[in-house]
Amino acid sequence: MQLTCQNLTIGYEGTAVISGLSFSVSAGDYLCIVGENGSGKTTLMKALLRLKSPDSGHIITGEGLAVNEIGYMPQQTAAQKDFPASVREVVRSGCLNRCGLRPFYSKREKQMAEENMERLGISDLATRCYRELSGGQQQRTLLARALCATRKILLLDEPAAGLDPGAAHEMYDIIKTLNDSGTTIIMISHDIGASVKYASHILHIGKQNASFFGKTADYLKSEAGLQYVESGGGEQ
Amino acid sequence: MIEMLDTLAHYFSFPFVRYAMIVGVLIALCSSLLGVTLVLKRFSFIGDGLAHVAFGAAAIATALSFTNNILFILPVTIICAILLLRTGQNTKIKGDASIAMLSVGALGLGYLIMNIFSTSANLAGDVCTVLFGSISILTLTITEVWLSAGLSVLVIAVFLLFYNRIFAVTFDEDFVKATGNRAKMYNLILSVVIAVVIVLAMNLVGALLISALVIFPAISAMRIYKTFKAVTICSVSMSVTCAALGIVISILAGTPVGSTIVAVNIAGFAIFNAVALVLRRV
Ligand SMILES: Nc1ncnc2c1ncn2[C@@H]1O[C@H](COP(=O)(O)OP(=O)(O)OP(=O)(O)O)[C@@H](O)[C@H]1O
Ligand SMILES: [Mg+2]
Repeated sequence: MQLTCQNLTIGYEGTAVISGLSFSVSAGDYLCIVGENGSGKTTLMKALLRLKSPDSGHIITGEGLAVNEIGYMPQQTAAQKDFPASVREVVRSGCLNRCGLRPFYSKREKQMAEENMERLGISDLATRCYRELSGGQQQRTLLARALCATRKILLLDEPAAGLDPGAAHEMYDIIKTLNDSGTTIIMISHDIGASVKYASHILHIGKQNASFFGKTADYLKSEAGLQYVESGGGEQ
Repeated sequence: MIEMLDTLAHYFSFPFVRYAMIVGVLIALCSSLLGVTLVLKRFSFIGDGLAHVAFGAAAIATALSFTNNILFILPVTIICAILLLRTGQNTKIKGDASIAMLSVGALGLGYLIMNIFSTSANLAGDVCTVLFGSISILTLTITEVWLSAGLSVLVIAVFLLFYNRIFAVTFDEDFVKATGNRAKMYNLILSVVIAVVIVLAMNLVGALLISALVIFPAISAMRIYKTFKAVTICSVSMSVTCAALGIVISILAGTPVGSTIVAVNIAGFAIFNAVALVLRRV
């Protein structure tokens, strides 16, 4: 198991958002986290990233996964929106956890940033200002940065939010390709159609412990899954 | 014109004036380096808050008649900077509210202490100097000059060594933490460096005008340039130019150094805005 959560309870100021949640992820899995707005998906991801400590329970990493081998693609935050930074500067900053005590990026790290921009088709945007890109181009930039941080495990918070159907489809394809080449994926998504299509496992976070964790095929047979897929997922 | 040059040449024939100029420019350089980060992290007023803390500390140092004020002011300001950047991240107490509280508190108490304990005949003049900077940069003592030069060089070195890390924590602190970097330590280093810059700048422009030195170059550069590197380089160049110009003007016209530098910065900001407008039209 690369990541195991045991009996997690996470909340804000004493009110639990998630309680008693257990699940585990093996290397090469593709886990989709689904659920309604406000059900605690982002909160859970923050706990997995150790940005927020759980009120009780444990998060255990295994299979030689070190804390600096996690890649993360956040939901867009306001602070980034008017920041003067070129795409290349943003992507390179993903390499920081490889630097150790070295103050500057090595040739290899710069090379890796170029490769990841190439892979996501944003090489021609390298010198453009991040804040002047379209939503889809920004998402790709953030994904390229995450890829610089690791190829082992990627945590993605709504990577296709705000993208047009074509761009969203491309984004899912890219993520699928990454998964096929061995990267573990943990993704939050409101696109239930894409989730059940691509994911190997589903974690459904529902109200009042109506959660589900298991293989996608089992999810589609479960009560929670049937209802949720029927209603079109969390899409408004 | 020739007369002015003559006056300048006369002044700069004293080595001490040259040192003061160098120190002034170094201080301007340091404050503009960090300005970009402070503005982008939405901490524009932290400079102001810390400057007021430094004022309070200066008042206490004067009251206790320390021989070298900086040795007391610096640690106090550093501690406050660390505390402030902490609360800024953990948004429970709003960052700007705690800064405002600290800054007016320190200002009020500082003035009170100065009033009660000061033995100086010219209290109003002393206060004015701390708030708005020395009337002339030439009143800096030789120890202050060397201390300032040393600290400036230190700030520049730290900034260069941590450039990539400062960029990363400014752009997206959560990502830096999540991918296993020591974001806390980078923030700590940042707060210490900011405090050093504030104390330095207090010598040059005084407690009330520090924010101008920190904010104007950064905001001006961001009008035109769109990458972090370009913005940093541009704001440093602008700040250095404005400081040099301001010092020269203040020597020639006999105006107070701090406010002259600020005035030149405002003019610089106006020019950058005009250029940005023209560029957008074309
Ligand atoms: N910083 C915070 N302080 C207090 N409560 C919070 C905070 N952030 C989120 N919450 C609450 O925790 C609950 C879960 O929020 P979270 O952001 O995890 O939801 P989510 O599942 O990611 O929703 P969405 O689908 O809209 O992204 C919500 O009820 C929210 O109001
Ligand atoms: Mg969310």
